[in-house]
Amino acid sequence: MRAYLPDYELRVPKDLEEALAFLANEPGMWKPFAGGTDLMVLLEAGKLEHTKFFSVWNLAELRGIEVTDESVTLGALTTYTEVRRNSILQEEFPMLCVAARETGGIAIQNRGTIGGNIVNASPAADSPPALLAYDAELELLSSKGARKIPYKDFHTGYKQMKLRDDELLTGIRLPRTTKSLRHYYRKVGTRKAQAISKVCFAGVAKIEDESVADVRIALGSVAPIVLRCEKTEAVLRGKSVDERTISAARAALINEIAPIDDIRSTAKYRLRVAANLLEDFLKTVRDGELN
Amino acid sequence: MSEVNKVEITCAVNGEERVLHAYPMARLLDALREELRLTGTKEGCGEGECGACSVLINGEIVNSCLVPVAQVAGAEIKTIEGIANDQKLHAVQEAFIQHGGAQCGICTPGMVIAAINLLEKTEKPTEAEIRDGLAGNLCRCTGYMKIFEAVVRACQEEDVKV
Repeated sequence: MRAYLPDYELRVPKDLEEALAFLANEPGMWKPFAGGTDLMVLLEAGKLEHTKFFSVWNLAELRGIEVTDESVTLGALTTYTEVRRNSILQEEFPMLCVAARETGGIAIQNRGTIGGNIVNASPAADSPPALLAYDAELELLSSKGARKIPYKDFHTGYKQMKLRDDELLTGIRLPRTTKSLRHYYRKVGTRKAQAISKVCFAGVAKIEDESVADVRIALGSVAPIVLRCEKTEAVLRGKSVDERTISAARAALINEIAPIDDIRSTAKYRLRVAANLLEDFLKTVRDGELN
Repeated sequence: MSEVNKVEITCAVNGEERVLHAYPMARLLDALREELRLTGTKEGCGEGECGACSVLINGEIVNSCLVPVAQVAGAEIKTIEGIANDQKLHAVQEAFIQHGGAQCGICTPGMVIAAINLLEKTEKPTEAEIRDGLAGNLCRCTGYMKIFEAVVRACQEEDVKV
């Protein structure tokens, strides 16, 4: 059943300060509304439970991609289209650009934002695995001040995150330490465009003397949250990528993830695909083919 | 629960200033069709999957079923009604006619908008870029080839500006 529109508030603050005041004055009462690509779907289905929103879409303070020697910081409202078009991201954070290209179609990419993708907290989101593999850090702001938190510590359970009621996600900081890494991103869905992932895999690795000097792996749609797989990484670190290592890593990954049966796939299929993607990642980075 | 009042939203639609009176969370799609009688924009899935409701906001393609009217204050919106120049059809529309790119017609306005958006952003798009540009628009009649051919043809025309 469609939503009853008079129940829903959508205010439009003129600047960031006014937006933060919504959160500060009545904590828990108001939620931010960005590009609407998820919230409007829930609204139309009559499943949007929260009713009071303020729009952040026009807040210039949350837009733009800032580059310094050490990092690239995406404003929370950076759209998938802006990610796809950015040359530094293409060069140094290619998995994020692939994730953006494979999310929805162009019309969705023009409205969907990286910040929205994070805070919406879907375990099937496509940009978070790439952000986790790139060691992203989140910038949070309230009227009391700003703080930063490593993205891998942000999601705590299904749709649960370390975001206070008075806080807004303002930016996503990516350290520019990717030059010696090999990147591998693969989304498995029903069709190429528009589909939501059955399994999404993002991995980076540094290979020195044929062994794994550094590795970071994250998967979507295999747990209540998008998961950084540190136990699997630990099995790989320092090892040469041979059949024995691959087999040990596959076993570690299968223990680390906890996929479920749902409308898009089954737990059994997801376990098999996740392990296959891990093997493909390891062989690809070992043999030097870049994503 | 207290009820929210309708708001007045001023925006430009197909080059003319218009005032929408709607609930803030109302879909742009409904405001266009039911308030402004611009029924060329179609509703397909209502959840951002099919592209039938595509319009241009400030020159970028969006699904109008996913845009609440409160967010279009001051925006420039272009719908399929604003594409032809008086009686002269856009090159993309001509190409759709010549190549049989339309059958039942429900997806056609969105397809035309997507094709125009692609040509505005990408000079001489490759076949892969055309497929990418149309990937957010579903058609259940044509099997896509005639639409694809129409857009390839339109890319060869000189006059592809909106």
